Amino acid sequence: MVSSGSGRGQPGAVPGWVGYALLPVLNLAAAFALSGLVILVIGENPVDVLSLMLSEALGYPEAIGYTLYYTTDYIFTGLAVAIAFHCGLFNIGGEGQATLGGLGAGLVALALTGWPWPVVAVLAILASALFGAAWAFIPGWLQAKRGSHIVITTIMFNFIAASLMTWLLVDVLIRPGSQSPETREFDPGLWLPSMERALGWIGVTVPASPLNLSFLWALACCVLFQIFLRHTRWGYELRTVGRNERAAVYAGISPSRNIVLAMLISGALAGFVGVNEILGVQHRIILNVTGGVGFVGIAVALMGRNHPVGIVLAALLFGVLAQGGGQVSFDYPSINRELVMVIQGLVILFAGAMENLFKPQVEALFRRRAPAAAKPTATGTGG
Amino acid sequence: MEDAFLLVLQLLGATVRVATPLVLAAFAGLYCERAGVVDIGLEGKMLAGAFFAAAAASASGSPWLGLLAAIAAGVALALVHGFACITHHGNQVVSGMAINILVAGLAPTLAYAWFAQGGQTPLLPASARLPAVGLPGGEALSGVPVLGPVFRELLDGTNILIWATLLIVVATQWVLHRSRFGLRLRAVGENPAAVETAGISVTRLRYQALIVTGVLTGMAGAYLSTGHGAGFVRDMTAGKGYLALAALIFGKWRPGPTLFACLLFAFTDAVQVRLQGVPLPGVGVIPVQFIQAIPYLLTVLLLAGFVGKAIAPKASGIPYVKER
Repeated sequence: MVSSGSGRGQPGAVPGWVGYALLPVLNLAAAFALSGLVILVIGENPVDVLSLMLSEALGYPEAIGYTLYYTTDYIFTGLAVAIAFHCGLFNIGGEGQATLGGLGAGLVALALTGWPWPVVAVLAILASALFGAAWAFIPGWLQAKRGSHIVITTIMFNFIAASLMTWLLVDVLIRPGSQSPETREFDPGLWLPSMERALGWIGVTVPASPLNLSFLWALACCVLFQIFLRHTRWGYELRTVGRNERAAVYAGISPSRNIVLAMLISGALAGFVGVNEILGVQHRIILNVTGGVGFVGIAVALMGRNHPVGIVLAALLFGVLAQGGGQVSFDYPSINRELVMVIQGLVILFAGAMENLFKPQVEALFRRRAPAAAKPTATGTGG
Repeated sequence: MEDAFLLVLQLLGATVRVATPLVLAAFAGLYCERAGVVDIGLEGKMLAGAFFAAAAASASGSPWLGLLAAIAAGVALALVHGFACITHHGNQVVSGMAINILVAGLAPTLAYAWFAQGGQTPLLPASARLPAVGLPGGEALSGVPVLGPVFRELLDGTNILIWATLLIVVATQWVLHRSRFGLRLRAVGENPAAVETAGISVTRLRYQALIVTGVLTGMAGAYLSTGHGAGFVRDMTAGKGYLALAALIFGKWRPGPTLFACLLFAFTDAVQVRLQGVPLPGVGVIPVQFIQAIPYLLTVLLLAGFVGKAIAPKASGIPYVKER
């Protein structure tokens, strides 16, 4: 499993921005063109629907709050998938790790009734990281030591997590006397403050939305991610293993240690989804809190080229889709929420699996123009 | 004694009914994975099959048109997978995932727009469902002690797709190990370069394998919505595609053991339905969720090498790039 190409196939022949900007935009355009076709098939005007989607996601402050709340989840899972990619691993288990992260954060909040919220927030972040990392540790360890294919084991762990969570909420943690599988509500004093409340402290008024302080933690994670990966020895070793495992061995770097480390960090990042959802929005442990964020994380990481800046932008795009798509279904009787998944699937297909669809044509276009500027003798790079 | 015997027969009957879509999906995966194409999109193709079978059967009244539509949908998605992974050397896991998400959205979206019943298709009348096959001789055997119940519970009134599945299992065993196509299929999953050297197109073979995958997943979907059920409901496959993948790995990518794994998983499911809330001697009530997690746990244990050793086809998951 190799991380996606960086578009540096032919140095000098094609400018770098083609790889990380032009091709993704073309892929995205293709995905949206097909989505438009689907909208046409169900009998609506694609331009109207897509523009309404955009204005319902970014057109007014409350909508932006909702969009950024979805974006928060996608940043966490995008970073989680990306760190594993950098080590040459495919973590498809974000769903399970996020589920467990929510359990960790929720248990802290259930146990610490009456404590001040900042303490609870820090402990919940630690607990969700610990639970998420623990859930990712087993597949990581099995991959490192026993060669078990991590794609399959993480898929299996998603299902095992769902079973575990259902059992815990139905039989163990359920609020006594409750019919639905959920815990009691946390003490309101330790909810993670919403952005409306937090900005109110400094005198800024914004409308209420599920957006909460975990958005800031997500942005902080982006910075930490980049520092770790590019400016620490651990990050260097992790990337070396991802690029070339054999070279890493000869350099005295242990692949198995780094595989486990990458999965631990990946699981922890996915676990933070639990902080946003459980501590920030739901205020109790419920079932199916993840709703596919782990899978969207794959698309986010692929589109963002595994770089934090790209991940934030891609997460924002998927946040717009999630919020805008939900709103569109209110206005159009023939459209329901699942249309978002159609667009998500097409974006993943074009931006991820068919990322090289337009590459030959685009590169040929640039090469035809290149000889005029560059020397024609510079041929035959690479192998 | 008589009751216990009947209970066992009913369990076996339920096992066969639950196993059928699993077997079809797992064998679908068998073809493409033995050819070196990893397909985690079984779930999506099956769901597409289920939707289009129900939609076509509902619109035309014919279950056979439904089956045809399901197969067409499965093949179309398999070809998309092939276009991404074989032609464009894309990441096979990403492509499979994309197909799963796409169909999970597309099926209810189209159902919602076409039938306006909240993401379902209308309930199908018996004439629009795949028929059960009545066997002659039921009258004569009804009084016979052992054969009578066996005939009634297991053989008579079995859905036609169950018989078809049985045929496919036998055929697959033969195709894979006794036919030229099967030999080439296995070779292309182990060492595509050698196959290419022999003058056989890797691309062509892999596309052929994917078409078989599409046909079988489409049938699996049609069984769910027009054979076993009577219409499409949202998220109808409920992870069966992944379970089939687990069975395929648990069966070590071989027809016989894969069939056994499917039957085992289906049997745990049939038992679990019966065991809900029934205390077992010594252990008490086993939570349903634990029994449901057994297939996934078994697969992880197998992959970890604690229950035998699973060795995947050597070239699976690696895009084949022809040397220049």
